[in-house]
Amino acid sequence: MNTSYTLGSMHLKNRVLVASGTFGYGNEAAPYTDLRALGGIVTKSVSWLPRQGNAPTRIAETPAGMLNSIGLANVGIDAFIAEKLPFLREIDTEIIVNIAASTTEEYIRILERLEGEEGIAAYEINVSCPNVKEGGLNFGTRCDMTETITRELRRRTERTLIIKLTPNVTHIADFAKSCENEGADAVALINTLVGMAVNIRTRRPVLSTITGGLSGPAIKPVALAKVFEASKAISIPIIGIGGITTWQDAIEFLLVGASAVQVGTASFRDPDAAVKIARGMETYCREEGVEDIQDLVGALHIDAGTAAPGFVKAREQEKV
Amino acid sequence: MSVINTDVEVTSNEQVAEETFALRFHSPSLAGQLLPGQFINIRVSDAVEPLLRRPYSISSVHGEECEILFSLLGKGTHILATKRAGDRIGILGPLGNTFGYEKDFGTAVIVAGGIGVAPFPHLTRVLQQRAIPVLTFLGARNANRVVTRGLANVHVATDDGSEGFHGTVIQALAAYLDSHEVDRPRLFACGPNAMLKATQAFAHERGFACELSLESEMACGIGICQGCPIERTEGERKYALVCTEGPCFDSHEIIFHEHHHA
Repeated sequence: MNTSYTLGSMHLKNRVLVASGTFGYGNEAAPYTDLRALGGIVTKSVSWLPRQGNAPTRIAETPAGMLNSIGLANVGIDAFIAEKLPFLREIDTEIIVNIAASTTEEYIRILERLEGEEGIAAYEINVSCPNVKEGGLNFGTRCDMTETITRELRRRTERTLIIKLTPNVTHIADFAKSCENEGADAVALINTLVGMAVNIRTRRPVLSTITGGLSGPAIKPVALAKVFEASKAISIPIIGIGGITTWQDAIEFLLVGASAVQVGTASFRDPDAAVKIARGMETYCREEGVEDIQDLVGALHIDAGTAAPGFVKAREQEKV
Repeated sequence: MSVINTDVEVTSNEQVAEETFALRFHSPSLAGQLLPGQFINIRVSDAVEPLLRRPYSISSVHGEECEILFSLLGKGTHILATKRAGDRIGILGPLGNTFGYEKDFGTAVIVAGGIGVAPFPHLTRVLQQRAIPVLTFLGARNANRVVTRGLANVHVATDDGSEGFHGTVIQALAAYLDSHEVDRPRLFACGPNAMLKATQAFAHERGFACELSLESEMACGIGICQGCPIERTEGERKYALVCTEGPCFDSHEIIFHEHHHA
């Protein structure tokens, strides 16, 4: 039974990655799981300079989910290369470095710096963080900005280039299309949804930044619909993200069109969750007689005559 | 040290004070390695709500069993209160650093507020094994909320005066120290942030060594979510993580702000 997948120049042993910002730099979770059993590790976002992150309170649990406002706290590019990358490159799995920046120039500068380092299979470009004042979501909610960044980075690397998209837009498919047009190898979606929680005793927002990013099982149905929408618009692979907690969730994402998945918030609950999901997917394939897990990608059956969702129909009309 | 991420069996669960419970579970490997001040993250059920684990201090160790003390706060603790012998809970740990019980001092002065009493029975036992004198100052809302199990030389203060000193635990401590000779005290404090802040100020004013065991919102407990920052007084990094760099901090290391929960 084949679970492997080649994405651009990167070869994944299975379809399960751990999502950026939910697995640190690999070393923290190492005692709790078998890192080699992961398809890949997407690092905590790396910015040019270290970022201290937002003031507390940074997280709040919500029904079947959580809000976070970490603010891209990270060690910065120098410390990442000196202190984090040596550990990561020794792990027998693919390393995808997530890059966050405030300007197109900063994205380029970080990528060019990383190009000189071995042991990196891919870049995931964060144009969708809702928790920083500048950059982040500002890029991800403008198609022209997403295009510019994709184009500028594409011409500077042979490594696999993945753009991570935000759901906080009207038509995520437009953004996916932009990435495809500019040569991205894949898109990853969804990042967190902007959300909020209020303490009714203090009458204050729970998070120090008022709003944060919602993740966890609560957003899984939204993520599935976004992946489905994007899959109808593009032919490059989609990495599905959003509330994946069990192997059943992961299979759902493959069926609606994701070629791989990322496990995020579930790792907070159980640092071994992603490995358990990868194993569960294999068992499912054996039980179902699936010889190549690729056969599940986009294998959703929609009965003839079923009205397509509005957003899909709208795109079909555009094509006419 | 070997890490534990598994389901364990609850062996007993009893109410020990108003809305306060002592739950024991069987885990020889945790019992065998747990040091005073460390904590575990507990998952109360397989359901996705509550989604995240919550941190609990290990209160005491009894052979192959560990005990936690908790009071009813939210969904998780209400579910935990319904656990009976034979039920299972998920534990992840041991997590965090330890109290500085090996440092050089004369008397351990424990300052606990409310359910902040939780880590101290285990610390008390280890201190007593080392023949270090222990004084305990325990603050509670009222007499019904006082939990003294496993503690030594306890001085109680209650907000309403229904037991012991009528006032805050810091006031009780100050009054005691003004009338007694205490050899080279080292304060070990755990409780609401407002109490920790007061303890910190008191210790600095008197020049006492002091460490604070912090509570924080926390998603993972192992340093991957970055959700539990506490501001540091100095150094390049503005924040430390309560889960991996704490929960025990020297009182000079950290700064409390108004926005921290009381």
